[in-house]
Amino acid sequence: MMSSSLLGWIIASVFFSSVFIMLINLYSKYNDDIPQRVYTLLGLGGPFVSLFLSFLLIYEHLYKGINFYYKAFIWLDLEGFRVDASLILDPLAAAMLSFVSLVGFIIHLYAHAYMKEDPSYARFFAWFNLFMASMFLLILSDNPFMLFTGWEGVGLCSYLLISFYFQSEENIEAGNKAFILNRIGDFGFISGLALLFLQVGNAGLDFASLEANIHLIPHSTLNLIAFLLFVGAMGKSAQIPLYVWLPDAMAGPTPVSALIHAATMVTAGVYMVARFNFIYAITEEVGLLIAYIGALSALLGALIAMRQDDIKKILAYSTMSQLGYMFMAVGLGAYSYGIFHVFTHAFFKALLFMGAGAIILALHHEQNIKNMGALKEKMPFVFVMMLIATLSISGLPPFSGFFSKDAILNHLFASGNYLIFAMALFTAGLTSYYMFRLLVIVFISPSSKDHQLLPQAKLIQFTLLVLSIGALFAGFINLPVFFGGDEEYSLWINLPDIRFHLSHSNELLLLISNVAVSLAGIYFALSHYMSSSKDPSLGVLDKPIEHKFYIDEIYYAIFVKPLAWLSVFIVRVIDEKIIDAFIHTVSSGYQRFSYYTDSVQNGNVRYYALYMSVAIVCIFVYLGVS
Amino acid sequence: MIDVGHFFILGILLFSIGIVGMISRRNIFVMYMSVELMLNAINLILVALSHHYEDLNAQVMAIMIIAIAAAEASIFLALFVMLFKNARSLDANFFTLLKQEKHHDEL
Repeated sequence: MMSSSLLGWIIASVFFSSVFIMLINLYSKYNDDIPQRVYTLLGLGGPFVSLFLSFLLIYEHLYKGINFYYKAFIWLDLEGFRVDASLILDPLAAAMLSFVSLVGFIIHLYAHAYMKEDPSYARFFAWFNLFMASMFLLILSDNPFMLFTGWEGVGLCSYLLISFYFQSEENIEAGNKAFILNRIGDFGFISGLALLFLQVGNAGLDFASLEANIHLIPHSTLNLIAFLLFVGAMGKSAQIPLYVWLPDAMAGPTPVSALIHAATMVTAGVYMVARFNFIYAITEEVGLLIAYIGALSALLGALIAMRQDDIKKILAYSTMSQLGYMFMAVGLGAYSYGIFHVFTHAFFKALLFMGAGAIILALHHEQNIKNMGALKEKMPFVFVMMLIATLSISGLPPFSGFFSKDAILNHLFASGNYLIFAMALFTAGLTSYYMFRLLVIVFISPSSKDHQLLPQAKLIQFTLLVLSIGALFAGFINLPVFFGGDEEYSLWINLPDIRFHLSHSNELLLLISNVAVSLAGIYFALSHYMSSSKDPSLGVLDKPIEHKFYIDEIYYAIFVKPLAWLSVFIVRVIDEKIIDAFIHTVSSGYQRFSYYTDSVQNGNVRYYALYMSVAIVCIFVYLGVS
Repeated sequence: MIDVGHFFILGILLFSIGIVGMISRRNIFVMYMSVELMLNAINLILVALSHHYEDLNAQVMAIMIIAIAAAEASIFLALFVMLFKNARSLDANFFTLLKQEKHHDEL
């Protein structure tokens, strides 16, 4: 029997490696002969231990079929309100843990190669490991409080890593944007939690007790709670209307984009909804709202991605779009499909980002795809890797993205929400279009420039190779009945999915239509971009798409401008004209008063004696009169 | 017949002379003498009251005051010597160290 305290060490090993790196880095300020090996050892060792322990425990969990539970200590113990710092490894947590620790470690390896030359190598790994610790805490926590702690931790690390190159104003602004938008989401999240605890907090705060008591909450309140929690997910998982931070978050180093803004952190919202499935299962209205928001986000992200030129921004919008699929799934009750898509997405999106990072490195930090082109011969390995990932995200069999996306699309169709299904299907077509646009422009279209490429690190190629295996085969763990499997992954995760039955012929039709739509997208992309990297016109849609539907501008006009005006008003008028003026009047009044009265204090003792006598006489006269 | 009231009047007169001398004279010696005059005016009243009420406590107090005044006198005299040595003057208007310089900024 494996000791369940190992659960704590999954978090602790990365956490302590982060702390040690910070301390050593601090020490190196006074004594700068710390070799980089030390940081590498700590920075990669921590995640490796976590990975090892994770798979040990997951193996044990699969083999014995028991949930690990570890109570570290009592965190809060007030009257009728007790929070344990407890961790749990149930199938859902195990599903998340498996790819977070695996993809996380691979990206750490990649980051080592990517950041080797960076002077802030240690700072990077300190935060990267702190991020891993927060993410593990988020996944393994047994109550919403701990989950929220991890939730905030990943938010913090995301902020720190987005503005990692803090020498540039732009990056700082991107970091602030991410942090502030996440704060709006977190406000909703914490309000939802507070409401939940007001209702049933007395009976225990772990997920199991909450689930047992959820029927005590009136339905309207429960709807509100479900909605507020989802607001938190909107912020973290970049859904409409809080998505605008994700594209800007690409200001961080590419491994950050791969790990945080594609593979792990942004999926926290999906995980949270799946974790609170007992709430969302009985609030169907909110579930429908989630699905619609997911569908709209998927569509919007895909539309904007069609005309972006920054390779990382295209991938960022595609992340938003894929997250939309996950929310469509969890919103309509297909929790395991949502998590399954999270799982496959982690592999192919990390692969895409890391491939993009390899290209960016080779081209001396060039990110504009229009300045690339014809790289196929020069970087054949990266081309193959990117091709695998692109086929996977486009949802073509037998790549992993196909199985998860197909499962979601089938579920959407079967649930009878044809509008959502149509949006999702259309988005699938757009996805393959913009992904192949990227691929073709970068690797195939003729280029006028002759690039001098930097050599590729072997380590980067190795990590790409490992992830490509995931992107290729990860889908097979949840083989649907149609292909002769029995959806083992969904069965194992064991969430209260809503199941719809589709006839075999329907499933075949859906399969054909899904693949056909993707192929159509690929066809259009190939036909346009094979010969030239110029974008074809889309008619009236050209301008709005190019300007990202003016969402940033609208937000700027509605929120940022009035707030800026308000703060200017407060500074210039309320602060200067009212508060400062009042204080200045008072203080200068005292000065003026003292100017006229300080001649009394002439330093002459005789006068002081006179004042005293006069005062005493006055007092006696007063006493005599009264 | 002289009664306690006359002593009071004399005491008050002496005290007032002391105060006026303290305030109006500039020579530190004279100011010190005025202070002593005030102390002794109080002593006079204390002794008169002691006699009137046939209570010796006040007399004890008066003797204490005389003793302390004597001790003071020695210290004061020493101080005056030092003051004169340093400043070559015993004019009270000359010693205005307690005075604050005027600040004219801001106004």
